[in-house]
Amino acid sequence: MNFGRFFRSTVGIGLTAAILLALPFVAATGGQAWVRILDFAILYVFLALGLNIVVGLAGLLDLGYIAFYAVGAYTWALLASPHFGLHWPIWAILPLGAGLACFAGVLLGSPTLKLRGDYLAIVTLGFGEIVRIFLNNLNAPINVTNGPQGITLIDPVSFGAFKFSGTTQIFGFALSGPQKYYFLLVALAILVIIINIRLQNSRIGRAWQAIREDEIAAKAIGINTRNLKLLAFAMGASFGGVAGGIFSAMQGFVSPESFSLLESIMILAMVVLGGMGHIPGVILGAVLLTVLPEVLRYGVGPLQMAMFGKMLVDPESLRMLVFGLALVLVMRFKPAGLWPSPERQRELKETGK
Amino acid sequence: MNVNLPNPLLEAKAVAKHFGGVKALRDVSLTIRRGEIYGLIGPNGAGKTTFFNCMTGLYVPDGGGFTFDGAPLIADAPDKAAARGIARTFQNIRLFGNMTALENVMVGRHVRTKAGVLGAMFQNAATKAEEAAIRQKAIDLLHYVRIEERAGDLARNLSYGDQRRLEIARALATDPKLLCLDEPAAGMNATETEQLRDLIDGIRRDGTTILLIEHDVKLVMGLCDRVAVLDYGALVIEDVPAVVQKDQRVIEAYLGA
Repeated sequence: MNFGRFFRSTVGIGLTAAILLALPFVAATGGQAWVRILDFAILYVFLALGLNIVVGLAGLLDLGYIAFYAVGAYTWALLASPHFGLHWPIWAILPLGAGLACFAGVLLGSPTLKLRGDYLAIVTLGFGEIVRIFLNNLNAPINVTNGPQGITLIDPVSFGAFKFSGTTQIFGFALSGPQKYYFLLVALAILVIIINIRLQNSRIGRAWQAIREDEIAAKAIGINTRNLKLLAFAMGASFGGVAGGIFSAMQGFVSPESFSLLESIMILAMVVLGGMGHIPGVILGAVLLTVLPEVLRYGVGPLQMAMFGKMLVDPESLRMLVFGLALVLVMRFKPAGLWPSPERQRELKETGK
Repeated sequence: MNVNLPNPLLEAKAVAKHFGGVKALRDVSLTIRRGEIYGLIGPNGAGKTTFFNCMTGLYVPDGGGFTFDGAPLIADAPDKAAARGIARTFQNIRLFGNMTALENVMVGRHVRTKAGVLGAMFQNAATKAEEAAIRQKAIDLLHYVRIEERAGDLARNLSYGDQRRLEIARALATDPKLLCLDEPAAGMNATETEQLRDLIDGIRRDGTTILLIEHDVKLVMGLCDRVAVLDYGALVIEDVPAVVQKDQRVIEAYLGA
């Protein structure tokens, strides 16, 4: 079946919209926690698609992506919380967060222009850690980030009097906070999907792919690889910054712990597992890697209790075990990802891999 | 040596390049005129590809320089050389393997188009028109090199001969004044070489000057207006094929061997 055509047909759009609309209410029957998990799944879709520009399109292996997420999150946290007594509105903070993350992207991009592959991965990994350690230690001599305690009581997203936290009555429906965030995130995710698709099939997107495929040949036909790589870093980082801002507002609390190396690896794994450079694949990867661990968390505990009458394996460690196994299996049996682009699929079939 | 040739497109003046102690190019000076097919031959390791790489900006020459189309070429800037009108193919084919044949040629239009990120995001009329023009030009070029039926295939899945043609189409997409082909006939059989010959001749007739590095002496002598011979990094002779073929030094260095 051609999924691309299906999603563009009227029936496809209608069905997708209906599912997206119903999802938070279905999830709410299992408790608001599930709606929050849904929120995070979509937030990660957003993040993974941002990273897809850098890794999937331009082929720059970025292991420090979470740093831009952190920049966005802390921008929101510092400018809309009692920490500095500032309560800026969303239309000021979100663009500022995106802008600062974008600047951080260029800052990371410029010294790494000549690096490729593993070497680039190591430098970006270091950058991600530097940002986290900075956030951890910037509580002295002047208390900027409040160190490892993090920042609390962060303002929720609000448009005028309409707040995204707490329950609101709309058209007779009672919408909870997580449900409202869900719709905001879906809107943002659709926006980033459209931007991704349009970029991919544009002059700039093709130039990124050319750099990914063969940098010397790309230069030889007149592509300014330096500027385009910086642009890829900047674009990806801006998306990370926006996602960070929403995360901060949704949680009401940020601390450096949320921006560890593991998070960077998780987002990269979403892109790679789903199908690098293929937008539906990346979405699938992000949703699977957010929802499955939660299913495991809620499912495995009670299951063990029922079967053995006691907890044999801690669900948290089981999660990493299953995650590792899944990675190995995907790399072995679906090396191009769970849902690779149609060209890649055809090619793998032709070469009989 | 010809000093004041009429209508020069590219002039190399005393270009030198060494890698450590190896002198890959020793003060090579030559002139390519507009509208000609200029052959560059020489034994393996004579410095042909090094010369190519210096000219297209991949290497920085250690001495001398190039004048192209009336102005000096800036060293170490391949993208600027391409913008000035120098396009090239590679001895070992370098295509964008995971992109389709059509996309490969469309990328070639990059340097002659200007849509940015905002244009791509908002899909304004100018961007859409430019995109349509890029696509049409790419289709025309695939047609020109006769691989239009492979347009939707990934470049890596094309046959060897088709890959060579695709690389030429991609180079032509940059609207070059000078097209540099680095051993385009390498690995081709007699029929493919014959077809390549027709293609190169056709490109020249359509107004593009060509610099051809080639090992196939028959192809070079039959196709080129003038030929330069390199040996141990130095220019041996630069003249019409009839003269070059009879030159004693060339026979010793290359043809007779």
